Amino acid sequence: MCRRTTWKNPMTDPDKPLLRMQDISMHFGATKALNNVDFACKPSEIHAILGENGAGKSTLMKLISGVLQPTGGRIILDGQDVRLATPRVAQNLGLVCMFQELSLVPDLTVRENLLLGAPGSGLGWLRSDALVKARDVLDRIDGGHIKMSARVSDLTLPSRQQVEIAKALMRKPRLLILDEATSALNASVVTKVFDLIRAERDQGSSVLFISHRFHEIEALADRISVFRNGERVETFDNGDHSYNEIINMMVGQRIDELFPPKPPARADAKEVLKVENFSWDGRVTDISLTVHEGEIVGLGGLDGQGQGAFLMGLFGLLRTAEGKVTVAGKPVSVTSPKAAKQPDIALAFIPEDRKTEGLIQDQSILENLQLAAIGLKDLDASNPDLYQDTLERLELKHGGLELPVSSLSGGNQQKVVLAKWLALKPRCLLLADPTRGIDVKTKTQIYSMLRRLADQGTAILLLSTDYEELIQLCDETHIFYAGRLVSSMRGDDMTAQNIIAASLNVTEKRKVVHA
Amino acid sequence: MSRTITPDSMMPYFGTVVLILAGSLYFPQILTFDYLSQQLQIAAFLGLLATGATIVILLGHIDLSVPWVLTGAAILSTALVGSGNPVLSALAVPAALAFGALIGVVNGIGVAILRIPSMVWTLAVNSILLGLAVLNTGGFNPKGEASQLMVSMASGNVFGLPVSFLTWMAVSLAIVAFLTRTPFGRYLRSIGYNEKATFLSGVSTPSVVFAAFALAGMCSALGGVLLAGYANQAYQSMGDPFLLPTIAAVVIGGTSILGGRGGLFGTIGGALFITLLTSILSVMQIGDAWRSIVFGVIILAMLLFQAMRKGARS
Amino acid sequence: MLDYIRANRREVIAAVVLLVLLSLYLGTHPRGASTYVMTIWANQCLILGLAAIAQFFAVVVRGIDLSVGAVIALTNTLASHLLDGSAGAIGFGVLAVLAAGALCGLLNGLIIVFGRIQPIVVTLATASIFVGGALMLRPTPGGAVNYDLADAITLDIAGIPTALIISGLLIFAFWLPFRRTGLGLGLYALGSSEQAAFQSGINTRLVRIAAFTLAGLFGGAAGLYYSFVTTTGDAGIAANFTLNSIAAVVLGGVLLRGGVGSLIGALAGAFILKTIASLMFFSGIPSLAQPLFEGLILAAAIAIGGADVLRTRNRLEVFGR
Repeated sequence: MCRRTTWKNPMTDPDKPLLRMQDISMHFGATKALNNVDFACKPSEIHAILGENGAGKSTLMKLISGVLQPTGGRIILDGQDVRLATPRVAQNLGLVCMFQELSLVPDLTVRENLLLGAPGSGLGWLRSDALVKARDVLDRIDGGHIKMSARVSDLTLPSRQQVEIAKALMRKPRLLILDEATSALNASVVTKVFDLIRAERDQGSSVLFISHRFHEIEALADRISVFRNGERVETFDNGDHSYNEIINMMVGQRIDELFPPKPPARADAKEVLKVENFSWDGRVTDISLTVHEGEIVGLGGLDGQGQGAFLMGLFGLLRTAEGKVTVAGKPVSVTSPKAAKQPDIALAFIPEDRKTEGLIQDQSILENLQLAAIGLKDLDASNPDLYQDTLERLELKHGGLELPVSSLSGGNQQKVVLAKWLALKPRCLLLADPTRGIDVKTKTQIYSMLRRLADQGTAILLLSTDYEELIQLCDETHIFYAGRLVSSMRGDDMTAQNIIAASLNVTEKRKVVHA
Repeated sequence: MSRTITPDSMMPYFGTVVLILAGSLYFPQILTFDYLSQQLQIAAFLGLLATGATIVILLGHIDLSVPWVLTGAAILSTALVGSGNPVLSALAVPAALAFGALIGVVNGIGVAILRIPSMVWTLAVNSILLGLAVLNTGGFNPKGEASQLMVSMASGNVFGLPVSFLTWMAVSLAIVAFLTRTPFGRYLRSIGYNEKATFLSGVSTPSVVFAAFALAGMCSALGGVLLAGYANQAYQSMGDPFLLPTIAAVVIGGTSILGGRGGLFGTIGGALFITLLTSILSVMQIGDAWRSIVFGVIILAMLLFQAMRKGARS
Repeated sequence: MLDYIRANRREVIAAVVLLVLLSLYLGTHPRGASTYVMTIWANQCLILGLAAIAQFFAVVVRGIDLSVGAVIALTNTLASHLLDGSAGAIGFGVLAVLAAGALCGLLNGLIIVFGRIQPIVVTLATASIFVGGALMLRPTPGGAVNYDLADAITLDIAGIPTALIISGLLIFAFWLPFRRTGLGLGLYALGSSEQAAFQSGINTRLVRIAAFTLAGLFGGAAGLYYSFVTTTGDAGIAANFTLNSIAAVVLGGVLLRGGVGSLIGALAGAFILKTIASLMFFSGIPSLAQPLFEGLILAAAIAIGGADVLRTRNRLEVFGR
């Protein structure tokens, strides 16, 4: 195969696109993921792709990286039509994608993952010379601690993303696609990743960048394309439009308020959930907190500081958990999800991974809605009214409740998960990062839903990695660090600075000493 | 039940009709009532086993202990009858069913509590049962005989229809009702698709697994009782030839081996088809070798046809 | 070193268990650790070992091969026709037997990949076809295999059983180098996460077909070696081999969910299984109780493997991925 024949052409015209998608369509049955889209990426540019979930961004990336083949249209690379039949073909042409769903093999080591399908190695003898570049990339993005001999399944999510980045860059891409590539990385690592991406651009590569974090796009992109409903709305230079204008372009309608207003604290609010001295396996230590009626209480902190385990523990998922849990004044012992959902306790848990933990993808929307309610006494799971209210408030977009839930976009799937649990009228709702990777409009719908539930007396415990959420939505926020609750704040104390400082467990005092 | 009547599950019925018509061109006796009624009688043995297997496969598991649960139930029931004690004799069938349920629970413990892949654990349980049988009977054919009840269940006729067939249908209907009228059926399929999400929805998944394996064990045991009644005795390894045809009957009936999708309606067709295919191949008096090859090719052809239809749809 | 043991703990455990069992066996055997005893033991182990390797290649790509025993029966009956006569004819026969095994595996792979049918179901059907072929070649057990060659391959070289030398060659001359190829890596990638393998640019179809072809090839090798050991062809051996090969890979630490385990583990698992059976034979346990003990030991070994589930503190972890 003649690889990259035109790559080193010094006569590259900066306005002549490196890659053009012409009249591209991608239909899945009746669903039009992309409809007659024209899109072009110039050489040496960082091109951000924006859009709500279901807007067609990921489909576009999958077409470019050879994972899917378009149902119509042309893909033109360097002025020539190409057919990207498999990821391998695309990679050999220099189109490399770092996927949102990680493309690492969990049972293999870092080294083996980097070599897997690497350029120059087919099914024959493996050549490890490309590893030098990967090691270099890892070291430059704070991945020095990642051992080549470590198994990927033993790595943390941020480390896996770092390996993904190294794996993509070591393939020497002409066009690098980053699909939510830095979602789990902290700010300082992200900065270093961006430096690398800029360096790639300056050496002549182009980068397509998908992210839900606006400040990342603002900092990085040269140009921005906005997608909506499977069509490209507009492409413009970074800075030509304001944040609000872009949001409105994405949503197709104005969004005035992302977050609902917070009502004043009620003095007489009863305690709904009270946790005292909750500990588990040395990973969660001595957590005590209270959620009152009408309150949304946030759990923050860096990834994996015990806040996720704490929620699981409340829902009866952890063996040997210790501590006292009181629901509506009665001490309870929750030993399983089944016990947790019984009316005398009435807890509901929205797991972090809606795709595999929240829903059964192969079953219909209706079957998924019914799964928690079915078998409970005093509840008729087959009664559609149980779910109707939530679905209407959240404006679930669907082509029929009998369709498989997998036909819905990520945001709409999350709505189904919420409706499934709200049908049980829980006293206390435990949410593990429910808006991660979800589009803006769905987020606002979920926020106002949560506020409404709180007003109606449901206690809400919200784990979030987005500090805006903690500040704007929550009445109180607890920050976890190394399994402990290191800081609790209310009202005006909840500032980005305070939350970040507490997350890193640096106190004001120590800061002064350093200064 | 309507949900389980899919084109996939209709296919074995269609195949059965084709077999009957094509076979009757060469052997007109196939179209006689006697022959067809006899096929229904024999299909019931396979059908009962496949009914149990369907439940386990819907759950996303597999039960390889079928052969020796069947044999064990047959040995147990004929031994009780052979004891000559009228009380023990009357207990033969219930005891065999209890035995099947017990082994099912043992299977369930390994699968749901110890999380051992069902393919391996049920295989181990199967070999323990084999060992028990060998120890118990001294390696000879077990003594004992079938009771009158067992014989008439296997070989009797009511209104011209074989009792074994009616038993099979009654069991199938009861299980279909259980699957559709209680949450159990929904839990079963949900676990087959995604056990974790089902557990997180507040379902006690281990109890569902126990119940499913226990039901399957009872079906296998009932199959053993009927076979013992049919042969008027139990014999070593009487279950071995049934394992693979049982799985084949479930699969060509449109139930996904991965769990979740499918149902009993297709399995009934699958059992009828495989019984008839085996019978016609032996009526044609072709040798074992060709019979085995034709059997494999036809199963494969039906699977390919199913897969192609699915491919054309997506 | 500790890291190595931790990374390969399944194989290490299997090897330790095997050594303990073997010393027990040699200790209890009336004739002790003689070459003769070792040779007979090693021959039995290697036959099942090759069958387990065949199963391993199917299992590592998250498949299962229910036709392993049938391939062994087919190649064994084929060998009973081809492994006699001139040196040239025998050489051709050996190659033909191995090729027949590989062809069976290739057929499985092609149907699985292009028919998009689950391996368990495909191999269930093809097993019936292969057994039919075996019955055609040998309706009743019989045939002959060249004794000189059979002796050369099933006795010993300088006191070391040839079967052990073959096992060593399989590990050091085939497996360890193979593991460092793109195909070796691809097998694991495919079994561990097909999506990730595909997105990394692996030709998943080709790798899956290759895996099943290798399974067939090793099934053929097992059939061939069985022929050398028994010097007859028998079409009735299929069922036992299939089930034992599954038990062997599991004992050897190969996970049925794919992506974990190794050829060494599969081999060790087979050796363990056969050693248990031999041990039983000389242990003084009444012969009628032996099948029961074999079953109990198999169940106990598997259950111990699953017992660490009871120690997990997070109820979600038991569901795997």
